[in-house]
Amino acid sequence: MFLNIVSQISRWAIPFLLLTIPLIGFFRGVKVYETFVEGAEEGFETAIRIIPFLVGMLVAIGVFRASGAMNIFVRVIDPIMSLIGAPGEVLPLAVMRPLSGGGALGIATELIGAHGPDSFIGKLASTMQGSTDTTFYVLTVYFGSVGIRKYRYAVTLGLIADASGLLASIFIINLLFGGG
Amino acid sequence: MVNIIWLALLISGIIVAGINGQIEVVTKAAMDSAQSGVNIAIEIIGLMALWLGLMRIAQKAGMVNFLSRVVRPVMRFLFPSVPSEHPAMGAIIMNISANILGLGNAATPFGLKAMQELQKLNNDPEEASEAMCTFLAINTSCITLIPATIIGIRVAAGSADPTEIVGPTIFATAVGTVVAVSADKILRARYRARHRR
Repeated sequence: MFLNIVSQISRWAIPFLLLTIPLIGFFRGVKVYETFVEGAEEGFETAIRIIPFLVGMLVAIGVFRASGAMNIFVRVIDPIMSLIGAPGEVLPLAVMRPLSGGGALGIATELIGAHGPDSFIGKLASTMQGSTDTTFYVLTVYFGSVGIRKYRYAVTLGLIADASGLLASIFIINLLFGGG
Repeated sequence: MVNIIWLALLISGIIVAGINGQIEVVTKAAMDSAQSGVNIAIEIIGLMALWLGLMRIAQKAGMVNFLSRVVRPVMRFLFPSVPSEHPAMGAIIMNISANILGLGNAATPFGLKAMQELQKLNNDPEEASEAMCTFLAINTSCITLIPATIIGIRVAAGSADPTEIVGPTIFATAVGTVVAVSADKILRARYRARHRR
């Protein structure tokens, strides 16, 4: 039942939004097409802006994998990672996620490319990337903007938030697609 | 930290390849990967344009305002130290609403505004207030409805079902938010207890 709901949400999300957003916009008096084009321009810029991050991370991870170092790494940490139901390959992504959004996107992209988007690792990497944010970036930019220097328990809290998002991703992907 | 990880990946890869006597794979992997970074970005342009175009319509139609009406009662509960008519509350609500819709660029200005306003309510301008910590926790764990970039990457990689991860992502972010809010309450109580002594 629950699993069925989760997968139905996935199936309906895009068609639902494609229907409702332009429709609501139209009835609200928005020039839907012109507005769409305006926003689409920003989409173009966003895609181009991530190129440096992707190139940087794909090269590092690509060398790491092709050399065989990834295999050694995975063999060492797999026993630990299997305790929580995640393959060792996703550990670099989990470590990078709170540090650098672009860097994590690069690692996730490499995992999706190397294992296939519909593989267990591909789905797990996709969910992990989508479900947490770059805690340290938010900390630096938001707190920095008003001159806060003592973070109190904010760092611990941000990392707990990230860890729980990552663990929840591992849990739900195991539950839905099993066999890690 | 990012610098160290990046360097460690590169160096350990090159050393292992050298020891295995196949240093040439490093050259090939580096060149192929650099090229594929550009290819992937170009392949996701279409989807990013579609998504941000749609989101611009949503924004103009007042969907962020609509969503903010839904989240307002929750925010009042989460930020008891912020008066509900204070400008900080408005900025927090707008920031969270934009985040839920995946409007990163629209969320940041509201986030910065929220921090400024929270700073006015702060007793010690050098130290983060409780409300600021709560705001950070919700901001980083925030429920995400559509992770657009990653869907684009999945399309580029030839996925048979690129949006298959939407449901799991909503689930994982919802769990993350609940845990973050609970952890915030616990850490706050501990911090208060320690500083009363």
